[in-house]
Amino acid sequence: MNYECRMSGLINHKLYNREKKTIEFSAETLKRIREIIKHYPAERKKSALLPVLHIAQQELGGYLSVDVMDYVAFLLEIQSIEVYEVATFYTMFLLEPAGKYVIEVCQTGPCALCGGERILDHLENVLGIKNGETTSDGLFTLKTVECLGSCGTAPVMQVNTEFYESMTHEKIDQIIEDFKNKGNQQPSETRWADLF
Amino acid sequence: MKITIDNISIEVSEGTTILEAARKIGGKIVPPAMCWYSKLKNTGGKCRTCLVKVAQSSSKDPRPIPKLVASCSTPVQDGMVVQNITSQEVLDARKAIVEFLLINHPLDCPVCDQAGECDLQDLSFLHGVVETRSDEERREFPVIDIGDKIKLNMNRCILCYRCVFIADQITSKRVHGVLYRGDAAEISTYIQNVIDNDFSGNMIDVCPVGALTDRTFRFKSRVWFLNPMDAHRECSHCPGKVTAWMFGNEIYRITGRKDEFGELEEFICNECRFEKKELTDWFIERPKKIKRESVISANHYEKLIKSSIIHPIEGTTEQQE
Amino acid sequence: MGRPVLIEKIGIPGIRDFAVYRAHGGYSLAEKTLKKMTPAEVNREVTKSGLRGRGGAGFPTGLKWSFLDRKTDKPKYLVCNADESEPGTFKDRYLMEHLPHLLIEGLIISSFALGVKTCYIYVRGEFKYIIGILKKAVDEAYQQKFLGENILGTSFSLDIFLHPGGGAYICGEETAMLESLEGKKGNPRIKPPFPAYKGLYDCPTVVNNVETLAAVVPIIGMGGDAYAKIGIGKSTGTKLISACGNINKPGVYEIELGLPVEDFIFSEEYCGGIKNGKRLKAVIPGGSSVPVLPAGLILRTLKGEQRLMTYESLEEGGFDSGTMLGSGGFIVYDEDACMVRNTWNFTRFYRHESCGQCSPCREGTAWMEPVLRRIEQGEGKYSDIDLLVNIADKIEGNTICPFGDAAAWPVSSAIRHFRHEFEFHIEHPEIVKNPDHGSLIQYPVSSIQYR
Repeated sequence: MNYECRMSGLINHKLYNREKKTIEFSAETLKRIREIIKHYPAERKKSALLPVLHIAQQELGGYLSVDVMDYVAFLLEIQSIEVYEVATFYTMFLLEPAGKYVIEVCQTGPCALCGGERILDHLENVLGIKNGETTSDGLFTLKTVECLGSCGTAPVMQVNTEFYESMTHEKIDQIIEDFKNKGNQQPSETRWADLF
Repeated sequence: MKITIDNISIEVSEGTTILEAARKIGGKIVPPAMCWYSKLKNTGGKCRTCLVKVAQSSSKDPRPIPKLVASCSTPVQDGMVVQNITSQEVLDARKAIVEFLLINHPLDCPVCDQAGECDLQDLSFLHGVVETRSDEERREFPVIDIGDKIKLNMNRCILCYRCVFIADQITSKRVHGVLYRGDAAEISTYIQNVIDNDFSGNMIDVCPVGALTDRTFRFKSRVWFLNPMDAHRECSHCPGKVTAWMFGNEIYRITGRKDEFGELEEFICNECRFEKKELTDWFIERPKKIKRESVISANHYEKLIKSSIIHPIEGTTEQQE
Repeated sequence: MGRPVLIEKIGIPGIRDFAVYRAHGGYSLAEKTLKKMTPAEVNREVTKSGLRGRGGAGFPTGLKWSFLDRKTDKPKYLVCNADESEPGTFKDRYLMEHLPHLLIEGLIISSFALGVKTCYIYVRGEFKYIIGILKKAVDEAYQQKFLGENILGTSFSLDIFLHPGGGAYICGEETAMLESLEGKKGNPRIKPPFPAYKGLYDCPTVVNNVETLAAVVPIIGMGGDAYAKIGIGKSTGTKLISACGNINKPGVYEIELGLPVEDFIFSEEYCGGIKNGKRLKAVIPGGSSVPVLPAGLILRTLKGEQRLMTYESLEEGGFDSGTMLGSGGFIVYDEDACMVRNTWNFTRFYRHESCGQCSPCREGTAWMEPVLRRIEQGEGKYSDIDLLVNIADKIEGNTICPFGDAAAWPVSSAIRHFRHEFEFHIEHPEIVKNPDHGSLIQYPVSSIQYR
């Protein structure tokens, strides 16, 4: 569980060596971000932090490295710590590199009532990893997540940001098989940058 | 505006909070405050130790407020009637809050530099329970240095946010904050980072517990063996008015001067706090007033001080109470 | 029972598109409002309708709107709360997915009534595809001049912006949502000041739930008086109920407030009864935060009256024998469900979602969870049960925001009504070590309803 991992103190206070490569959004994304910033009052650029972090996670490497967060802070003219605070508060932001397909299984009440826990067990068996781990080929990361608001179609899971509802063991086998066949192909997803 | 707290009435100006009004009255009816700090904006509301009962909202609206309110962040209404120590509900709630604050606290007072001047120690002494009902493992964080002068022991932290607000409000750059959330929330710099600016040391003074301590004073002495003296020097960064904690003729540490509610009178710079530890750096004014109930005053050191080191400023000499 | 009022257009093919929505009378009420009504008249209709906040608290919307500081020269904001994260609740998602233009029309009318020129829809980040649907709808509305400068040639201008959440249940609390909109952590603010005076960017702000703002459309359509005639007493109008759990037909249903709970659970029109021919054990009628009730008490009050789907009827009996309508997240448990496991599950949720700002909630939720986990895994003590009741009691009412209450109520109500299950766990550790022990537990028959 997230809090157990966090409490282990493993994530924090590592001596961080900044990567040499430059981190930058594409010109097109930057243009979109400038438009997003305009949604908020001029002196309130920080308001765009959540949308920009979503875009950054998607377009700058799949997780929020310290460099990426510092870059976002620079773009929005805020201090880095303000970005770290927000990125660590919200669960959708990954702070460590993860698999290409991040599978998150809902574990909250209504899903648990309809077999959500067994879905997790099955995924652990199929992928050969435990909750919180990534497969050795770097394809899958398995996580649990709290209520996704799909209780009527429980059990539910999300892969990256797409919902998979009314899950059964057979459906899971199929989905995993499909992903494996796609292999290294980049998963097709809606771009966050196009959503605002 | 008239407000009555525990049957004592007082007139206060509009915008005053219940806690401020209570401090004006003074004495035992003042609710404890672990997170609110009068000299820092936006503090308060978080620790919930200052909860009080509003028995009458105002003279216009005599209804009580159903839930207890945080006295530090509730403004006074004219004709408000508040119960603090006269309400069993308030005392019970406060006891519960103290228990909550202590279940993950390491209770390592015997090895904590804050012991003897710790708000949480005082609070648990006054309101706490002796036994713990929690069998759970305490959450643990590694103890780290944030900069060469400050030690962060997150295990002792009660997340009052004062050090975050102080960094925002009196320094130019904040490199630490409250990261994560829920019971995993912690004061951290996220990556190894140094809190480095001229006023960072004030974080130590505003910290109500031993989470942030002075590395230059680490394990040097228990505070109650030291003699706190008001002292001053010419300083180009800050007013230079401090409390020098002395053992004989030696200065063991420098802190800001605190008032009767444990708040700093003025923020001091790091040079005064960390660099100036020689007797010759300071004009020693007089023994600091210490509250009678404090463990520090038990020494009655003021009678033992050698008069040779005291240079009282003209007209400011006060008698120890 | 009655035709749908709010989602009557939901079955029309292609209703998500502006053209189809418009062709079926959509936006005509926004047009009527902007051209023929004054803001005061809209406010009057909403007040008369008796509409109550559909997000969970049930606060009268007209009254909330009346608190907005209108004298200020600062900008005013309307924030639409689409951060639907309450376990068991998925009604706003359904509404936004199928009728995005209904929400936008509601926002136009409400913004007009409130004198608001900028409106944010805060959608939980996990609903990314919903943001896509809303984005398309908002773009269409701009193209068709229902948003932007001088809408339909009137002097009224409105911008609607979408804002994603980042995965935090607490941001459904209105002041946490405002913090989050400002690009901060979702720490609820200390109140007062209230958002109506100092909300987003310290400006007067109204925060309303998706369903509430959408309901403004039919209210203007039929008039506040007519809307108030639907329902019973102070529970006026219709409510979306999202039903889930061990029932035959989970889904979102629009009901007229006042429908008997029994009909809702067992009639074919709604939940269609309990799945697999099992018996009903318990119901949480308003999302995980409201007290759970055993079958007997959810169908009939302690006085023996039929329990109705209204704010008042569900609250009948107070916390001793009642519950709340909440957000309308209706979770049904059959006889095989283990209430201890379920309670532990919810405390884990609340521990995970607590913002950690104030001590009773941060420490209390993190204390209850391991205690419940131990009981559930057969390692509990009798004294743990009373300890849990006591912790819940100490959290309740002592926190900054209602999250503390929401975390405490599921625990205290589960122990109040299902104490025998907790005791069973302590007495029979060998049975509860089996993760599917729900069906193995013998419970007193009285807590299960035959039908």
